[in-house]
Amino acid sequence: MVAAAFSDFMQQVVSGLASGGIYALLALALVIIHRSTGVINFAQGEMATLSTYIAWALIAHHGWRYWPAFVGTLVFSFVGGVGIHRVVIRPVERGSVLRIVIVTIGLLVAINGFVVWEWSGEPQQLQSPFGTETYDIGGVIVAAQDIGTIAVALGIVLLLWGLFQFTKVGLALRAAAVNPEEARLVGVRVTWMLALGWGLAALLGAVAGMLTAPTVGLDPNMMAAVLIYAFAAAVLGGIDSPIGAVVGGLLIGVLLNMLSFLSQYGAFDWFTEELRLPMALLIILGVLLVRPQGIFGKPEVKRV
Amino acid sequence: MRTLLELDGVAARYGPVQALHDVSLVVREGEVVAVLGANGAGKTTTLRAISGTVSRSGAIELDGKQLKGGPESAAKAGVAHVPEGRGTFVDLTVTENLKLGAYTRRRDGSVRADIARIAEYFPWMAERGGQRAGTLSGGEQQMLALGRALMSRPRLLLLDEPSLGLAPMIVREFFRIVRKLNEEEGLTVLVVEQDARIALRASQRAYVLEVGRVALTGTSDELQGDESVRRSYLGY
Repeated sequence: MVAAAFSDFMQQVVSGLASGGIYALLALALVIIHRSTGVINFAQGEMATLSTYIAWALIAHHGWRYWPAFVGTLVFSFVGGVGIHRVVIRPVERGSVLRIVIVTIGLLVAINGFVVWEWSGEPQQLQSPFGTETYDIGGVIVAAQDIGTIAVALGIVLLLWGLFQFTKVGLALRAAAVNPEEARLVGVRVTWMLALGWGLAALLGAVAGMLTAPTVGLDPNMMAAVLIYAFAAAVLGGIDSPIGAVVGGLLIGVLLNMLSFLSQYGAFDWFTEELRLPMALLIILGVLLVRPQGIFGKPEVKRV
Repeated sequence: MRTLLELDGVAARYGPVQALHDVSLVVREGEVVAVLGANGAGKTTTLRAISGTVSRSGAIELDGKQLKGGPESAAKAGVAHVPEGRGTFVDLTVTENLKLGAYTRRRDGSVRADIARIAEYFPWMAERGGQRAGTLSGGEQQMLALGRALMSRPRLLLLDEPSLGLAPMIVREFFRIVRKLNEEEGLTVLVVEQDARIALRASQRAYVLEVGRVALTGTSDELQGDESVRRSYLGY
């Protein structure tokens, strides 16, 4: 009984880390854009959905193999993200935050509409590159899909960290985000750096989308719930903290699975799958009330 | 000496407010030139016009070539602007700040060598390269801003009110380093200062601005020696 409970527990942890990895990627995208443009990009989920449809179309209609389609989608998404910033965001960037937020909501609606128009609302199936096998590791059953998801998410996060930490363009991206005027004085082309940030965010979203589709099925609203979890992750970790987004994502993923686990064993027996999303909203609300800067954020100090 | 920077009839405005009316000045290669004047005389705006961070009209030539608008192209042309109030990236480390200074330069091995060279002027920077700039003292941040500007190997260094909010001892140390850079490396400097006394001691020539126009110019020795000038324009 105890052994069974333990392997159940571990299974929930592993699958929590897998979904948490996806939340982390999308949360990271939100953080990158929030740091540079100063707003929450409400279209982040739909951008990811569009990217995922591109991957699916490449595979289903154009006969691409999975990994080339994966890479092709990343390239498309990056370029698309840069383009969205140049064409849609940049013209309103100097205006109020509200204007930019409204534009991202408009973008959400527009992309969603485009996806339905182009591919219809019918759910589609995007294959998993990791297969459907499960492995028995010391009594703990883990799905290849989960392990693959964790590995890809981790790999992308590490690559991005390396880019920001060790490259010249990464340094310029950080400088442009925290202090644009100063950055221009040293010769950084800040508007291009912001566009690059949007490109990276779109790329992160694409990975999140492609990792989400095999388990939940590809449909135009696939990322809506994931975006809420990503919000929760970003708020929990600190909306301006990349590390916070990753830690927050993993925490949310594992935490929600823990509630499922506990409900199976009697505690929190009121908890059902339908309550996962409200729970995420509760976390957002709780963090904003108790520690608005999140785990890793710095408290906002306003000079009078 | 060759003329490095020439402003001819430069005007600048912030929205509806005309901050510079008609400023003409010359900085020759290897000179330290001070821009003095009361609050609101247009000292800071003069520097901002040169580095392209304010909309301007009139001619600004560096090395005989018209400077294009926008701070990125000024930086590329060799203008390093240390803005008022310590121009450091507080979230980045000392070393990262210095590296950003070299942003416009071609990527080659010389960046590391330059960081070492700058650490000769500011030894503490070598030991505390990993420290976040925001945790430095005000004086250290001002030195870091100077060090970062030097990393671009500037043709022309613009310093805006470097003495602001710093203890007199730190200010003297700062200007001692600026003079040393000028003498040893031939660095050309245009410095805006509220503190006329220290600026005249550090410079060879000076311009005095009054409501957006050049009211007076001369060698720093002349201006320092003339009591009526000191009283009516420099306030000491």
